[in-house]
Amino acid sequence: MLSRRLLLVLCALAVASPAVAQDKSIVVASTTSTQDSGLFGYLLPIFKQKTGIDVKVVAQGTGQALDTARRGDADVVFVHAKSAEEKFLSEGFGVKRYPVMYNDFILIGPASDPAGVKGSKDIVASLTTIKNKGAPFISRGDRSGTHIAELALWKAAGIDIESSKGPWYKAIGQGMGAALNTASAANAYVLADRGTWLAFKNRGTLAIAVEGDKRLFNQYGVMLVNPAKHPTVKKDLGQQFIDFLVSPEGQKVIAGYKVNGEQLFYPNASDPNA
Amino acid sequence: MHSAPSDLPIRFESVTIDAGAHRILDCVSLIIKSGPPTLLIGPNGSGKTTFLRAAMGLLSPSQGQLTWDGAADVPPVRRAMVFQRPVMLRRTAAGNIRYALKAANIPKERHEARIAELLALVGLADIASRPARRLSGGEQQRLALARALARDPTVLFLDEPTASLDPAATKAVEDIVRAIANRGIKVVMATHDLGEARRLAGDIVLLHRGRVVETGDADTFFRSPKTGEAKTFIAGELLL
Amino acid sequence: MWARSSVAAFSGSKDIRAEKQIVFSPRSTPRSTERSMQPDTSALHLVMTGDPTLMAIVKLSLTVSLCAVVIAAIIGVPLGAFIALTRFRGREGVIVLLNALMGLPPVVVGLAVYLMLSRSGVLGQLGLLFTPSAMVFAQAILVTPIIAALTRQTIEDLWAEYRDELNGMNVGPLARIATLIWDGRFSLVVALLAGFGRAAAEVGAIIIVGGNIDGFTRTMTTAIALETSKGDLPLAIGLGVILITIVIAINALAWTLRRAGERLAR
Repeated sequence: MLSRRLLLVLCALAVASPAVAQDKSIVVASTTSTQDSGLFGYLLPIFKQKTGIDVKVVAQGTGQALDTARRGDADVVFVHAKSAEEKFLSEGFGVKRYPVMYNDFILIGPASDPAGVKGSKDIVASLTTIKNKGAPFISRGDRSGTHIAELALWKAAGIDIESSKGPWYKAIGQGMGAALNTASAANAYVLADRGTWLAFKNRGTLAIAVEGDKRLFNQYGVMLVNPAKHPTVKKDLGQQFIDFLVSPEGQKVIAGYKVNGEQLFYPNASDPNA
Repeated sequence: MHSAPSDLPIRFESVTIDAGAHRILDCVSLIIKSGPPTLLIGPNGSGKTTFLRAAMGLLSPSQGQLTWDGAADVPPVRRAMVFQRPVMLRRTAAGNIRYALKAANIPKERHEARIAELLALVGLADIASRPARRLSGGEQQRLALARALARDPTVLFLDEPTASLDPAATKAVEDIVRAIANRGIKVVMATHDLGEARRLAGDIVLLHRGRVVETGDADTFFRSPKTGEAKTFIAGELLL
Repeated sequence: MWARSSVAAFSGSKDIRAEKQIVFSPRSTPRSTERSMQPDTSALHLVMTGDPTLMAIVKLSLTVSLCAVVIAAIIGVPLGAFIALTRFRGREGVIVLLNALMGLPPVVVGLAVYLMLSRSGVLGQLGLLFTPSAMVFAQAILVTPIIAALTRQTIEDLWAEYRDELNGMNVGPLARIATLIWDGRFSLVVALLAGFGRAAAEVGAIIIVGGNIDGFTRTMTTAIALETSKGDLPLAIGLGVILITIVIAINALAWTLRRAGERLAR
């Protein structure tokens, strides 16, 4: 019994000590698309070297990330759905929204292109065609930034997707990587952000079908969780992270992140309309 | 040697033991006194095992009174029992005896000497470090005996210890029982072997259908049994 | 509206130096270094070079599951022994419930613990969400019923065997429990192993309460889930093989111990 107790104490120390050592750390609730793009793996070591702050990223869908912040389980939230972010602010959970960077969404589709939309520059028309032809389509279905954007596009096409969806429309409720995997296996269309697509390795016969439409613009924003709502929020460290992201140095780092020579994110913290 | 009270005499006063609707012991009145071995005989199902377990204190009477040296509910400190199929603890032979010594609160310093002595008594000295569960049937019986003696009991109950043993093993066990009895320990032993009863008793208690049919010292019982059942049983016929 | 940088040649370009920090090498330092997306390091290569991130992931997986089993044993073994040896009203119901809890769905436990440990939750003060401690907590909840139920079975069977002898030797209740646990230790070790297997294999609970944070709460199973969703299937499979190998190795070790012990005492 005694040696068992000793083992327990050692265990507690073993798992506790990293927690204690992480005192200079923050929790950032972000999205699976941002994580799957690999941006954090590139950006965070630079930030750590500069400030000594450990950034712990919990990657969920945008909606889930904002809920995590609402519960006070994160210090900073870094997502890409402006409407959801502004709602978050209006509820008093955030301090201020800073635009950070943008990229674009693209419509990915199988090489066989059953809906015949490949090469189009009109996303709304393409989605309409997909629906009319009942071509297989995978939706994130998880209140993520990508999902919110997808729903906005259906709306722009004048389609009430809730009532119009049929067996061709599959909402999987998972992250971007999982959605791409499913689309690859099912030879279906899927709306993705360019960052995750460039980093994705299991493409099968998938390729870009539609891109370049202005409506596919994807803006990322960062907010500090309001310490007035949750006093445990590490506001100084969190603000340091935000300041870094929007600083000229941070913006340069973001621009410098490339996969296969292609830039994934375009910094625009100085754009007042973003 | 012992300052603790003896558990003898064991007094059964109209003891009845029921198991549900089935009456196993029926109004048994008997006294077990110190002296030569008492052999309990009778057909299967006559209640021998139940009698021994009750005398050991493992069963409470449904009716009647059971006392040890005049006191009721005495824990089995000075008594020991070897069951019909003894269970070896998952330890070595010596380990089993050591366990019994610890359970009897014998001080640690005396353990080694006592273990050696007991193993020698039952003829198992050379297999002290063998896992007890790997011993043969006869060896396990003898080890169970040694284990029971570890606590220095005043009375030892044995439930058909030689029932499944070959003649050589049987002789070994009977010799040990004789040696134990000669040390002054009261032996109460159940057997279904009349020959064994003749060899070892003492006095005889004949049980039939949960009742004590006849008792008496061995010579008298075998030469001139009083009851019809005793005569039938001694003659080797089935006692129904 | 958005410019596309020209495709840089992969080797020798200035950009590569900036990206060097994320390639796995024994010299890479920051713990939060996330996996590179460049030409891949297969899982085998990572093992051969003793890649520090991979080692950290393995170490975390084993530590979390081990600690969970220790805690579950401290609670589960006495609990199982108590239920085995005590008669109380509703005992049958408790046994049925305990057996049923062996099949607790990990995601459900994960969700429940997440809500408890959230800052807005009952135990929010502890600030344990998204830490390895939360993972230990969740896995301990999953494993305790397994250990308790298997202990109960072992002790009950052993008691049925030993009852007469121990009562005949006037063994008191505390010594009785100690004897049964000691004599039943090999079956109890198997119960602990079953618990460990359950803990090491699950991902549903720890991914929710741990957050799969790179370099902090990422274990073998959560890393496999992540790499799968990133489409890096070869890497995910490689990690899976490593995980299975570790589990087999631990079981083989325990089996050897058990056989050695059996030779001694049985």
